[in-house]
Amino acid sequence: MNFDYSDDQKMLKDEARKFLDAKCPVTVVRGVLDDDTRHYDEALWRGVAEQGWLGAAIPEQYGGLGLGHVELCALAEELGRAVAPIPFASTVYFVAEALMLLGSEAQKAKWLPKIASGEVIGAFATSEGPGPVTSTSIRTSVVGNRITGTKIPVTDGNIANLLVVLAKDGLYLVEGPVESEVLTTLDPTRSAARVTFADNDCERLGDEDGLSAMSQVFDRAAVLLAFEQLGGADRALEMAKAYALDRQAFGRPIAGYQAIKHKLADIYVKNEIARSNAYYGAWALNAGAAELPLAAATARVAASEAYWFASKENIQTHGGIGFTWEADPQLHYRRSRQLSLVAGAPSTWRERLVTQLEQRNAA
Amino acid sequence: MDFNDTPEEAAYRTRARDWLESNVAEHKAQGHADDMAAARAWQARKAAAGYAQITWPKEWGGGGGTPIQSVIFGQEEAKHPVQYGYFTIGLGMCVPTVMAFADQATKERFVGPALRGEEIWSQLFSEPAGGSDVAAIRTRAVRDGDDWVVNGQKVWTSGAHYSDYGILLVRTNPDVPKHKGLTMFWLDLRSPGVEIRPIHQMSGGSNFNEVYFTDVRIPDAQRLGEVDAGWKVALVTLMNERLAVGGGGGAGPKEILKLAREIDAAEGTLLQEPAFRQKLADWWVQSEGLRNTRMRTITALSRGQTPGPESSIGKIIAANQLQDIGNSAVEAEDQFGIIADPALAPLKGLFQSAVMNAPGLRIAGGTDEILKNIIAERVLGLPGEIRTDKDAAFKDLKA
Ligand SMILES: Cc1cc2nc3c(=O)[nH]c(=O)nc-3n(C[C@H](O)[C@H](O)[C@H](O)COP(=O)(O)OP(=O)(O)OC[C@H]3O[C@@H](n4cnc5c(N)ncnc54)[C@H](O)[C@@H]3O)c2cc1C
Repeated sequence: MNFDYSDDQKMLKDEARKFLDAKCPVTVVRGVLDDDTRHYDEALWRGVAEQGWLGAAIPEQYGGLGLGHVELCALAEELGRAVAPIPFASTVYFVAEALMLLGSEAQKAKWLPKIASGEVIGAFATSEGPGPVTSTSIRTSVVGNRITGTKIPVTDGNIANLLVVLAKDGLYLVEGPVESEVLTTLDPTRSAARVTFADNDCERLGDEDGLSAMSQVFDRAAVLLAFEQLGGADRALEMAKAYALDRQAFGRPIAGYQAIKHKLADIYVKNEIARSNAYYGAWALNAGAAELPLAAATARVAASEAYWFASKENIQTHGGIGFTWEADPQLHYRRSRQLSLVAGAPSTWRERLVTQLEQRNAA
Repeated sequence: MDFNDTPEEAAYRTRARDWLESNVAEHKAQGHADDMAAARAWQARKAAAGYAQITWPKEWGGGGGTPIQSVIFGQEEAKHPVQYGYFTIGLGMCVPTVMAFADQATKERFVGPALRGEEIWSQLFSEPAGGSDVAAIRTRAVRDGDDWVVNGQKVWTSGAHYSDYGILLVRTNPDVPKHKGLTMFWLDLRSPGVEIRPIHQMSGGSNFNEVYFTDVRIPDAQRLGEVDAGWKVALVTLMNERLAVGGGGGAGPKEILKLAREIDAAEGTLLQEPAFRQKLADWWVQSEGLRNTRMRTITALSRGQTPGPESSIGKIIAANQLQDIGNSAVEAEDQFGIIADPALAPLKGLFQSAVMNAPGLRIAGGTDEILKNIIAERVLGLPGEIRTDKDAAFKDLKA
């Protein structure tokens, strides 16, 4: 038993942090936030590709580094901390994972090397309207090998050249670019679009029923996203702490007031709970353990709660300045919303979690 | 990250499991007079096999094992109905303090009997004037030849009524600031002048006591640490306390899930109610998070790191969750929920008992507020509280 990163993994994480400190300072994030015409930071994307991160968990035979998923989790944690404005999650956690999980040999051989090299940006298209994705909410359909329907919102749908699309009867691969319209969202540091398929070419991915295939991909993505959320939550706590120590009110630093101290202690407690659950999820993902669906749901609910709480109380701790465009707390507040919803809302995951508990107990 | 046993860990688990199988059966077959007798017998059995205090060195009667082995044994032991709480304070807090500060002869005299469950220890710190603010205690000890003479009162002393010995924090110098005039002793709770009066708790039980001292003589040889340096000794006990206390005690997500399957709700069972399911998920997330946090602490321990004040989060989460789950279960039972009789209430009144015991858990071993201060100050490095009493002599402080 070992409930921590190994020394090698810690080293990888340290290097990732150094890289992102240099290549993804907050000016890079703001470069995307402040400019409506930019959907991600191309230089950072190239840099990350050169580091091999896109293929961290992709086997060497498909052009990846062939590291494990725990290593990918370590990178995710750092990307989350940096609020990296790149389509990493869509491409790696969703599309690469979907291909590795469900793809045929030919599909893997064709796409994974292109993902690892950064040539391909992926997007995972599931939602078609408000509310959770269910068998009745999906109208996108496939006839022959042509797909028709509208997905909204699709994170990175406007910049993707490979989409994994949920249709009524299963998942499909669609090559981009596809017809899309960029949406105004809560987090402009990640782009999202309405994507329309009008008789586009498509190729079946795996032979499972659509919702079950989606949920297997979500389980994997949930663990990886939990690490991004954790990284963000830690960073939000650091920001709140630094500001609280600096800001004086009534003759002393606000960090000395118990209401603020206890607030930060509460953030810390939630972050640690999220970290512990994320570690368990990382193990389950990496080991291909039967516990994955439950571990993933647990990690996701904990991380969503932690990041939400940390990001909102970080703004509160900053007072008026925290509500300005110039101050950085908003970056985490926005990102926390994006990450909590992109693979289904926390309430949906709580429901999945309890379903797992019910099944477990029945077994 | 590997949550599976290594081959050595798996072998240890098998040995522990086999040992437990046969020994729990023999233990049950013995037919003990009462819960305490059963607890002592079980403790002695574990001690003989090296399963009491697995991480203590063998020379002290421990198992000479690793923190992970201790966790493994705990996981396996939890599957059997042999959990007794009588020795937690002694073995978790008092005896380690004795081991850290007493001379060799004293250690040899006490460690073995405590380990075997023959002698029970109490922690005599809190007083009416000092709970959270432990250093505000007033019980006085005055030097008289080779002895100290103690007068005053302790309160909330868990288990004093069945304990043999205790570690006692007293004031030896009121002319200096409060933290600087304290001294720690160990004492025989049957010494002349010690009077133990059980306190009736709101939960109905009487697990803690008032302890009065009237001219109690304690030989100087029973001092732990230097004169007036008792605060340093107390901190060692308090550090261990945060590791020793924790668990919510039975009424967790698994138990309420069991109830929810059986109890009727507006439509179907409680388990089918969306609002209930959302709460259940959050409780699961917390208790799993706590379980895995403990595992992270153990990993740090096994790498030779000392556990920090991080362990404070365990008690905050567990105690609050116990109160919350208990209350939700009781509400779900609707009008019936007020019944606490174990013969009638679902799961033998487990949740009613949780509701009534949780308030104590949120206070004992440091209140939520104090634990949050600890996290804020010692983990996050935020400023300490404003202390108007820090430099004043204790005798000049407002009562
Ligand atoms: C079941 C149980 C078993 C116990 N067993 C033992 C035992 O075996 N031995 C022993 O020595 N003691 C024992 N105690 C005592 C326990 O350690 C104290 O009750 C506890 O530390 C709180 O002290 P107090 O009761 O004096 O409350 P107080 O310190 O008076 O606290 C009252 C309220 O003020 C708050 N407060 C106090 N200081 C601060 C601050 N700085 N900032 C914010 N809020 C603050 C507290 O959080 C609390 O809400 C036990 C208590 C219980 C309930």
